[in-house]
Amino acid sequence: MAVETSEMTGVEIVDLASTPLRELNRRLHGLADGAPGPRRWRVLNPNGAHAVGCGLDAEIDVEIEGHVGYYCAGMNKLATVRVHGNAGPGLAENLMSGTVIVEGSASQSAGATGRGGLLVVHGDASARCGISMKGIDIVVRGSVGHLSAFMAQTGCLVVGGDVGEALGDSIYEARLYVRGEVAGLGADCVEKGLEDEHVAELARLLERAGFDDLDPRDFRRYGSARQLYNFKIDNAGAY
Amino acid sequence: MLETERMRSHDGAWQPGLRESYLFDRNVIAEIQRASREGIYDIRGFGAKRRVPHFDDLLFLGASVSRYPLEGYRERCGTDVVLGTRFAKKPLELKIPVTIAGMSFGALSAPAKEALGRGASEVGTSTTTGDGGMTEEERRHSTTLVYQVLPSRYGMNPDDLRRGDAIEVVVGQGAKPGGGGMLLGHKISDRVAAMRNLPKGIDQRSACRHPDWTGPDDLEIKIHELREITDWEKPIFVKVGATRTYYDVQLAVKAGADAIVVDGMQGGTAATQDVFIEHVGIPTLPATRLAVDALEELGMHRQVQLIISGGIRTGADVAKALALGADAVSIGTAALIAMGDNSPEYDEQYRKIGSSAGFYDDWQAGRDPAGISTQDDELAARFDPVLGGRKIANYLRVLTLEAQTLARACGKSHLHNLEPEDLVALTVESAAMARVPLAGTNWIPGA
Repeated sequence: MAVETSEMTGVEIVDLASTPLRELNRRLHGLADGAPGPRRWRVLNPNGAHAVGCGLDAEIDVEIEGHVGYYCAGMNKLATVRVHGNAGPGLAENLMSGTVIVEGSASQSAGATGRGGLLVVHGDASARCGISMKGIDIVVRGSVGHLSAFMAQTGCLVVGGDVGEALGDSIYEARLYVRGEVAGLGADCVEKGLEDEHVAELARLLERAGFDDLDPRDFRRYGSARQLYNFKIDNAGAY
Repeated sequence: MLETERMRSHDGAWQPGLRESYLFDRNVIAEIQRASREGIYDIRGFGAKRRVPHFDDLLFLGASVSRYPLEGYRERCGTDVVLGTRFAKKPLELKIPVTIAGMSFGALSAPAKEALGRGASEVGTSTTTGDGGMTEEERRHSTTLVYQVLPSRYGMNPDDLRRGDAIEVVVGQGAKPGGGGMLLGHKISDRVAAMRNLPKGIDQRSACRHPDWTGPDDLEIKIHELREITDWEKPIFVKVGATRTYYDVQLAVKAGADAIVVDGMQGGTAATQDVFIEHVGIPTLPATRLAVDALEELGMHRQVQLIISGGIRTGADVAKALALGADAVSIGTAALIAMGDNSPEYDEQYRKIGSSAGFYDDWQAGRDPAGISTQDDELAARFDPVLGGRKIANYLRVLTLEAQTLARACGKSHLHNLEPEDLVALTVESAAMARVPLAGTNWIPGA
């Protein structure tokens, strides 16, 4: 197994060109519940592999040097995962806590159903970003695609660029902040005022994401009109 | 007796010369009037109420001169089954091939979920979570618990994923293949709301598609992720509502499922539009045949286990499903009835809310006098989970004993030794669907 430990840096290095993904994830899972082991990891040559670093449950740092496929850092708890590349669909799906950072762009369904933690995308994210989000905070420096924040329940989606069609369709209580253009709003999603509390919340999120060069007051806020919370036949046309 | 005839002669009130329309009978008229009055489609629980070809339309050929039977009370007839032998390190080892289907906390009260766990555990079988996540009660009282991964991902978390004994990726259910779910606001208690990360009292919609995969190739990658998160220990089931069953089963196998659950159109639901329940999907009988065909063609029959659900009520249903090639069956509606749903004990209270014992299907409404399909604390408190668990165990034992009785009569020393050759069909339709001969002939329509 091509695992090296650098005594100089204290960073455990795993090369996926020669180490099975199963072995990497098995070792990372072994750090749960405070088990002893390296706290800093570097993963080399991911080459688009799926499920890299999924199911982590430890306060560790994982640096992935390259592009990843589907479900990178899926269901992560506590760990900080940084991808020095692009990410495939389902990035950080069902994120529980911790932080996931992608320095490139992310494909569809980034942060889907996430329940906590922070997802940061330096580039763009594709369609369905933040779909069914349940408490996660997502900050995308670039643009996101259509049907982002579909059925978003709680948490914040911050978009520094533009947004595709049907933003926040059937949204519940999530807060959406957009700096650029919105191609269209989904059912029951409306623009709302940007009050001081929202500016403060946005400033905190941008700072955590490392995007504090963006001015919170340049954003607009969107959320639920709450007209579809209980079925009424008069709203049938909205479905 | 036809419903129209029964109604026409009710209390001797039939009058010569009054002719009820077959097309517009009193039920149809009442529904049109209700729709025009309320302006909303009918949402209800239970499953399909129309008659469709079912296991009742099959008969066993008991042993005679050409076959010899086993002694009913002395010779052993095995009932055990292992589910998830394909990839999982820890497949499920069950004592009986009858499991409890997924039903959510939210649709059902917490004591009802606990009772299902108690009953299933007492007889050595599994129960299943549902849309809304895993409750402590059901985990504590379920020796073997299958954890569902549904499109809504309500309550989804990796800890419960790992605490489950198997994982079931739900693509669809028989009552509403292609449809999502709805838990109406009046069933959203504080606890249900907290588990689902939504405000109390609002309708909770469950999506019809998974949020992070869209087709069979994606499903394969999703299953891989679930295996990685759980370190390849848990069996992974894929559940589909019965429609294009042959193709769905083959795609599920290709995606890497350890076991496949096929839920026919008679499968129950807590809250679905009546038009959906009655008009989408195919019956359990042809779905079973199609699923077995798909597995056999791939050389995966018995390698990937098949679990059949949708209208399983008796040991005869169990035995017939197994004879057609299923490895196990699941029960949902029957389990609720076994626990006390629709009991005559509550008839007076059913009548107060516009129903009657034997007809109650407003499981979506949360006013269940039996304390099963409710989140009302007072109603739920009526339900004793210990007694409910005991009833479930009793019922599961009866199903098993009945199936064993039929299997022994066919000369089988294990329920899984039953085979299609043991069956004949009563109707041309069921012969064609189950692909067994019409009774008294060697004719299999379409074969």
